[in-house]
Amino acid sequence: MPFLRRSYGSAAEQVRYIAAMPSTPRLELAHITKRYPAVVANDDVSLTVQPGEIHAVLGENGAGKSTLMKIIFGSVKPDAGEVRWNGEIVAIANPHAARKLGISMVFQHFSLFETLTVEENIALGLSPAEVKAFGGKLGESIAQTGEKYGLPLEAQRPVHTLSVGERQRVEIVRALLTHPKLLILDEPTSVLTPQAVQKLFLTLRQLASEGCSILYISHKLDEIRALCHTATVMRGGKVTGVCDPREETAQSLSRMMIGAAPHLPARALVTLGEVRLAVSNLSLKKTHPFGTDLHAISLEVRGGEVVGIAGVSGNGQQELIAALSGETTLAEAHGLQIESVAAGRLDARARRSLGLAFVPEERLGRGAVPVMPLSDNTLLSHQVAPQVIKGMIQKQSARELAATVIARFGVKAGGPQAAAKSLSGGNLQKFIVGRELMREPRVMLIAQPTWGVDVGAAAQIHTEILALKARGCAILIVSEELDELFALCDRLHVMAKGELSPTVAIENATVEQIGLWMSGMWPDGPASRAVATSDAGVGE
Amino acid sequence: METLAPLIATAINASAPILLAALGLLVNERAGVLNLGAEGMMLIAAVAGFAVGIETGSVTAAMLAGALAGMAAAALFAFFTLVLVTNQVATGLALSILGGGLSAFIGQSYAGKSVVTSKWVLPGLSEIPFFGEAVFRQHVVVYLSFALAAFVAWFLFRTRAGLTLRAIGESPESAHELGYPVRWIRFAAVLFGGACCGVAGAYLSVIYTPLWVEGMVAGRGWIALALTTFATWRPGRVVLGALIFGTITIIGFHLQSVGVEVPSQFLAMLPYLATVIVLVLISRNPDWIRLNMPASLGKAFRPG
Amino acid sequence: MIHLQPRAESSRLWMFASPLLALFLTILFGAILFGSLGKDPLKALSVFLLDPLANMRGISEVLLKSIPLILCGVGLAICYRANVWNIGAEGQLILGAICAGATVLAFDTPAKPLSGAVVIPLACLAGIVGGMFWAGITAWLRARFNANEILVSLMLTYVAGLLLIYVCTGPLRDPDGYNFPQSKVFSKEFQLAYILEKTRLHWGFLAALIAAGVGTLFVSRAFIGYKLQVGGLAARAARYAGFSSTKAIWMAMLICGGLAGFAGALEVMGPIGQLIPSVSPGYGFAAIIVAWIGRLHPVGVVLGALIMSVFYIGGEYAQSRIGLPSSITGIFQGALLFFLLACDTLIDYRVRWK
Repeated sequence: MPFLRRSYGSAAEQVRYIAAMPSTPRLELAHITKRYPAVVANDDVSLTVQPGEIHAVLGENGAGKSTLMKIIFGSVKPDAGEVRWNGEIVAIANPHAARKLGISMVFQHFSLFETLTVEENIALGLSPAEVKAFGGKLGESIAQTGEKYGLPLEAQRPVHTLSVGERQRVEIVRALLTHPKLLILDEPTSVLTPQAVQKLFLTLRQLASEGCSILYISHKLDEIRALCHTATVMRGGKVTGVCDPREETAQSLSRMMIGAAPHLPARALVTLGEVRLAVSNLSLKKTHPFGTDLHAISLEVRGGEVVGIAGVSGNGQQELIAALSGETTLAEAHGLQIESVAAGRLDARARRSLGLAFVPEERLGRGAVPVMPLSDNTLLSHQVAPQVIKGMIQKQSARELAATVIARFGVKAGGPQAAAKSLSGGNLQKFIVGRELMREPRVMLIAQPTWGVDVGAAAQIHTEILALKARGCAILIVSEELDELFALCDRLHVMAKGELSPTVAIENATVEQIGLWMSGMWPDGPASRAVATSDAGVGE
Repeated sequence: METLAPLIATAINASAPILLAALGLLVNERAGVLNLGAEGMMLIAAVAGFAVGIETGSVTAAMLAGALAGMAAAALFAFFTLVLVTNQVATGLALSILGGGLSAFIGQSYAGKSVVTSKWVLPGLSEIPFFGEAVFRQHVVVYLSFALAAFVAWFLFRTRAGLTLRAIGESPESAHELGYPVRWIRFAAVLFGGACCGVAGAYLSVIYTPLWVEGMVAGRGWIALALTTFATWRPGRVVLGALIFGTITIIGFHLQSVGVEVPSQFLAMLPYLATVIVLVLISRNPDWIRLNMPASLGKAFRPG
Repeated sequence: MIHLQPRAESSRLWMFASPLLALFLTILFGAILFGSLGKDPLKALSVFLLDPLANMRGISEVLLKSIPLILCGVGLAICYRANVWNIGAEGQLILGAICAGATVLAFDTPAKPLSGAVVIPLACLAGIVGGMFWAGITAWLRARFNANEILVSLMLTYVAGLLLIYVCTGPLRDPDGYNFPQSKVFSKEFQLAYILEKTRLHWGFLAALIAAGVGTLFVSRAFIGYKLQVGGLAARAARYAGFSSTKAIWMAMLICGGLAGFAGALEVMGPIGQLIPSVSPGYGFAAIIVAWIGRLHPVGVVLGALIMSVFYIGGEYAQSRIGLPSSITGIFQGALLFFLLACDTLIDYRVRWK
């Protein structure tokens, strides 16, 4: 039997695994290395998955998890190392080859086709022979498989009409129809409510009990401890440990994942100032067919206060944030007040001059122009003297401003002349946050402050947000990361189906309650009303 | 009545090349590739078809030459946009400019010559009163282009290959992740577009006009491009649109022949103005376009 | 197979080296083309590329032809920076020519109510307004109805061409012109003054250079130009910053239309001296290549226009001196653009063979 030499984890652990598992591992990766021009994504990575095992690959953003999965799935070729499948060396040339072996993958950003139906999407994920095997009854098989694993789907619905959770179901059913021997899930819970996560776990446990191996990629410690039999922890492209997560604490896993746990300053109590941002009864029709209507949204943020909006993405957060930032203008001037000025009809520039600053969720292409140098990118939000005088750009001032941001916020960049696209996600986010902070805003909107940002940068951004709060700014944060919201905010709202829940003080909020609200189940919320008007249960 | 039948016949005849080109471009665009070089491909094919027609006297050979010339031009476009990942809009414009120059250069020695062709009268059907004259006395290419519309519709919406093609136009990234050879399929679609534009171009110079004149495609390539938008990328609506354009094209001539006093230039403007109006009408509703347009249309894709 | 490896940052070196390499490849391609046509490649190339620059007359003709190319090229460069795909500069130029021509003809009566010093600026203004009007149609349909500006501007170019034929055969036709489709030749005082003795180079060349200078300021220093470019490079970033996309479309189209219309006015009052159906041998289309090869920068546009202009004059020489059709110019133009597109790949990618 091919045996892997492992230099990590305790010897006792290894012995226990090998003794407990049946003879041939389903998948073995040995000394996999993959280099990109700027970075070594995988550096001598080894990993073993047994049949029926739920195996976590744990690591923060940029640890190399996704690259490793792409290698297993055949969409990226390793520079060195070998892959064994049921004990035999294989070269997985492309995803087709991977699927032939029995490897299926559920992507983090779904590989679905919006305008096609569920059935068409699933057919595209199967080989022609597999489709033929269903003999024109693919739709029925989708329903059957869905029923068996608790993943109900309507085969003829176009995907763009589905919720994010339903889309994930499509991906999972598609994977299951190929009867995989190894199922790879890449950050599968980032789009789910806590309750939906529990349902997913049931499905996965059922699958594993039937002998299917599962590779579960995540950075969420609690989930891995609840679900997985084994965890391979990665950091900076290397394996930093192999363990049984059920026997670890969140702290010990975190140490393996991050090195040293960053600490977050405690939320200081700041005396609340007057209302700086007020939204009253804001309703907005969606601007494109895949969007969400906003219904009668009201909220207030006072100076020195951080208010969070939780929710599964695609429930109107993007529309709301665009309506607040001025990217979308409102018909009604009084629907939005910034510093007590009716600002509904003002565009983004005019709102900025009232003291608003905004950090959007997409950094490249929205928060920054990818090919422009950082100095030019400061002009997106610094449109007045000293950067712009009498309609003329003052290049020197712009450069100085960029240099200041780089220095003050520790942005790793080639200088003010570096193109925005040459920065890593975390550094670009630091630059954009820094650029907005330099304006000393009175109202700050931040969407997904730490999405795809490494832990060090995330901690720094969190610290800056709390410092800004202490200076009396009114801050509104939209995030999908509950941990982050609980750490930063004084109050929370939840968005579901284009509506905003009542507010709840952070001291009184629980993950369970927020999770229910994410499905729209707050008193008189969209889901609660649906229950009241018909006896039908609530999906998801 | 007796003037109406030939009128319909000429309208159908005028719509055929636009239909053919638009169908090719539709498949092209369904795969997510916007080839603005249609006019250039048609011009190159028109002169190639004409030259072969003159040299061989065979219409079949001329059409074949047109198809091959169109495919060669399309292959150039495909190499640039798919392998070198150049901007599709710029590359298409370049192809139109090159096609204009190349065809003018090659065509110089063929100016003023003519090819003799025949129509393909459907036995039996052509004898039907009115319809026979109006519909069934066309060149075989005309029938083929209408048949092609049915074929394209069947291919796109009833076959797995068509589904794959549409999926690639929707999201090449997803298709690539699922393991489809995105670039090869796009390459095939671009070649198909080139072949269709090629036959359309050769039809214009060899059968429709039948003369070689510099720039003789006269914007039909661009109109065909507009037609795919008008048809929201559906073959059936392309047929409808092509017939409308064919009718508008000949209505000018007809008005003159019955003695309506309008300067001929204004009548000649009609197809172009109609194109603009049609674009405005169809584009007014962005949702409608967004739901129907291949989502990756015009965007470069480079497998990671 | 060719494998492209993305660069972390765009290469500034290749940004400028690419047009030169493309030009070199085009000349190489030209040599092969001439050779395959049975001409001595070196001799043909020297006729095509060097003869136009061999004497003052040739140079002045090159400069003369560069005027409309510079004007349209600067306008298109601004459009393309704003991601407004105006390809109808040709039509805008024609409209400018019609309006300027009509203005001149209106005052070019035996009575001569106004002097050339008044009529010429007036006609230039008419040309600019005409070009802006024509471009404005496209801008309006794009901004208001979301109609594709590529197709609309091109369709309007065909319409403009037909309109020009109409005015030359109808309302503005020379009554003593034996029914030729052309207007009467403008009186000397309504034609542009020459800046060089014994050449046809008129002061419009200086105007074109000024336009390029102002254009440079616009794209590199003016905040309004910055707004346009952000809209072109990243539409969502423009919305984030609060720059109106509608205004950007209007502004880019009107600037280009005005410059192209001005070019049309200069053509009819300059070298042509009357309205004829062939006012432009495709300047508006050649200017697309000019804008591109000039890196969408007005200074580059001037250089690109000179190259393109040499191609035009070279084509005429090729016809008269070595018996090749002048349409060979079109092949050179197309080839140059293709080579340029290929070479531009090097700006953002490293090429690897594997």
